[in-house]
Amino acid sequence: MTVADALLIALGAVAIGSGALVVTSTHLVRAGLYLVVSLGAMAGLYLGLGAGLVAWVQVLVYVGAVVVLLLFAVMLTRAPIGPSADLDRPAWPAVIVGGGVGVGLAVLMVDAFRWTIYALPAPGNTERMGAELFGNWVLPFEVLSILLLSALVGAIVLSRPDIGAREGAAREGAAPEDAGHEGSDA
Amino acid sequence: MHAVIPYVIATILFGLGVYGVLRRRNAILVLMAVELMLNAVNLILVTADVTLMSSSDPASASPGGYRGGAFALFVIVLAAAEVGVGLAIVLQYYRTRRAVQIDEVDLGHERETAG
Repeated sequence: MTVADALLIALGAVAIGSGALVVTSTHLVRAGLYLVVSLGAMAGLYLGLGAGLVAWVQVLVYVGAVVVLLLFAVMLTRAPIGPSADLDRPAWPAVIVGGGVGVGLAVLMVDAFRWTIYALPAPGNTERMGAELFGNWVLPFEVLSILLLSALVGAIVLSRPDIGAREGAAREGAAPEDAGHEGSDA
Repeated sequence: MHAVIPYVIATILFGLGVYGVLRRRNAILVLMAVELMLNAVNLILVTADVTLMSSSDPASASPGGYRGGAFALFVIVLAAAEVGVGLAIVLQYYRTRRAVQIDEVDLGHERETAG
């Protein structure tokens, strides 16, 4: 049990605890804020594992952008400030499937890795990561940029009712989904 | 470092995400649970890069933190795109139906096949 182990266990406990609160909290806004804590602890885990760039991208993109977007959506859907009673479905199917997946995979991992000790590599630097990204993974990188552009266009098309519902008011419910498919195919 | 610690953390977080997706009725909370699952996968990728890449064939594999890290970056970008489009769909649905309960979504083709 080294310092790195203790650090990983502590950060993992924070991530798991706040993650459990994300999926059980009855306050919508609090669930979003617990998600910030969980994602921040995950960024700490990446740092502890020597993937510094991934950790900072996690902080920038997830904590900075995705959670803010989720909280904006919570506000735009007029969520109540206090606890909401109708957030959950019956628990048993979710407990069985989720618990089965979590415990089953955990047992698989424990059986695969036992208590083996691996030496941590030197912390990654951004220069090597850039060389890896633009050396070996250029094509996925470019495909992802096209996907981001099409997701952007799709989100705009979805959010604008004047271009989403062109086929008439009768199909108003179905039209945005069609527009989404057009956007993601573009 | 014991490799089993981050792996078990990631699997428990993934299980929590599955639980949240199945349990929650609010579409925004379902998206939050999906984020938890994607983060668990990212942690698996980074940890596998540290443990498996560095131990097997050190000559050909790049040293730890790069290959799995690149995939983790790709997954983060995909998650950002997914949340953008997903929230646009949720907000559009809220605008037309005044609700975000996903188990009450009326799927039109189900009525056609049933009737």
